[in-house]
Amino acid sequence: MAATTLPPPRLLPSGDSAITVEFSRNIDDAANQRVLALDRTLAEAPIAGVTETVPTYRSLLVHYDPCRIDFATLGEKLMALARRAVSAGTKARRWRVPVVYGGEHGIDLEDVAKTLNTTPDDIVMRHVAGHYRVAMIGFTPGWSYLSGLDKSLHMPRRQNPRLLTPAGTISIGGVQTGVQCLAGPSGWHLLGRTPVRTYQLHRDPIFLLEPGDYVTFSQVDAKTFADQDHAAEAGGIVAELVA
Amino acid sequence: MPKLVIASIGPASSVQDGGRPGSQRYGLTPSGAMDRLPLAAANVLLGNAPLAAAIEIGPFGAAFTARGGPVRLALSGAQRSVDIARRPVAFDSSMTLADGETLTLGFARNGSFSYLALEGGIAGEPTFGSLAVNARAGLGSPYPRPLQAGDELQAAMASGAPERRIELPAIPDAPIRVVPGPQDDEFSEEAKALFLGSDWKISATSDRMGYRLEGPVIKHLHGHNIVSDGMVNGSIQVPGNGQPIVLMPDRPTTGGYPKIATVITADFGRFAQIPAGHIFRFKAISIAEAQEAARAFSELLRTLPDRLRGIENFDPNIEALRDANVAGTAVSAVDVGTWQSSSA
Repeated sequence: MAATTLPPPRLLPSGDSAITVEFSRNIDDAANQRVLALDRTLAEAPIAGVTETVPTYRSLLVHYDPCRIDFATLGEKLMALARRAVSAGTKARRWRVPVVYGGEHGIDLEDVAKTLNTTPDDIVMRHVAGHYRVAMIGFTPGWSYLSGLDKSLHMPRRQNPRLLTPAGTISIGGVQTGVQCLAGPSGWHLLGRTPVRTYQLHRDPIFLLEPGDYVTFSQVDAKTFADQDHAAEAGGIVAELVA
Repeated sequence: MPKLVIASIGPASSVQDGGRPGSQRYGLTPSGAMDRLPLAAANVLLGNAPLAAAIEIGPFGAAFTARGGPVRLALSGAQRSVDIARRPVAFDSSMTLADGETLTLGFARNGSFSYLALEGGIAGEPTFGSLAVNARAGLGSPYPRPLQAGDELQAAMASGAPERRIELPAIPDAPIRVVPGPQDDEFSEEAKALFLGSDWKISATSDRMGYRLEGPVIKHLHGHNIVSDGMVNGSIQVPGNGQPIVLMPDRPTTGGYPKIATVITADFGRFAQIPAGHIFRFKAISIAEAQEAARAFSELLRTLPDRLRGIENFDPNIEALRDANVAGTAVSAVDVGTWQSSSA
């Protein structure tokens, strides 16, 4: 994609200490790649006064200190960087994440299969076949939103969100799939659980996945899940880094 | 070593500091004090770093007892009746609790949060450089949850340094200033005018995550679902029911409702202090104005030590002060302009 064909992002003020650099209003893979590219650029060549960045599907939130740089100056710099072509992103890592699907670990698998007129095994096969990218991490610590879900698995979120879903839940909602780290509310359909902690204090690293990392899932049985869950609780990474 | 025992405390009271920004890209909420100015004032009174951890005390009363030795404290923020062993104590001042004495605080008046700092700070194990409680993520130290009666905080032996007071600028009774956006284009001109031209109240169901506003229904142009993007303290999101929610320090890092405006940094603490049910308004200003106000606020925090005063000549009319406190009138013995200090 040539840089000249890219529409410029919109610079939206989020108060006096943050700018939203918006590449698209929708969930858009090309926009997400540009978000992640701008995020990488800012990590590699920091702008003085920028304090942290939060990549999402369609925009990059840039927090800054207004005592060090003002909106107009930072906006110009960000606009210039954002117009550049998307870099290859060679640093992205590839993770293989074990998942136990269905049963007590994925209480919505059967309903999802029924809704989509197929079998639970077929749903698992389609979910495991996917190559996903961490589009963003948000909501609660380590909650990783993945893009790349097979179109046949796109389905609306639940009418009634659940107030409590288990730690490690692997679920689908809309056009996304996700890895949820902490127990908490969710309106997505629960397919399974992973022993992998994307966030764990007193482990190095505390946060396992980075926005832009690639993820595939591998199916494991309940016994393997239980063993790996113990290992992960003790600080093990459990997810496999693949070349 | 002495300790400070929580004899009684209401809900919405926890250890808070400058928070743990820097990991929002991993979904970690920054937390931290609802109102930074009184947090910093209480700390500066004791020679602590301005954004060191202190006790954020919610709207209800509280009592603290020194055990095992004298403990030096300082109090700032929402005004309340305050006494040590029935002796009235001034606000925005340092004080020393003798071993066994109890500091008793009444309900907050004209505000919601007061800050009680301990000389030398609060002892605990920081996570991401912060002791701030974030109960949802199980973070915070020495207790990863709001404070309860019976909790104990390790304290340093009181230094015996002369007590001081701090002269803070009067808090204006003015509209809460906002910068429009980032999604103000999701609302009609009428909806934006309604937002800026109406009276609002903070709902009683508000908490450190978000303040729900009660007022007119703010309608969206294109529906209430947008694709999630990043949020900041003070983001004003409008969910499907049209009743705005202002995001507070324990907010999620990202959210999927359109954000009509953002409370400016300089007014965020003043906004956080608005009690439930109290009527207020918003006022839109430009980014340039908001950034000028943010720089002035930052300068105010930086120069707080210049506002310290001795209280050698502090000789309040105890009877009058006690009567006033009993009557429930807001009284500060050190209101700017009503007290003559020896060092000013």
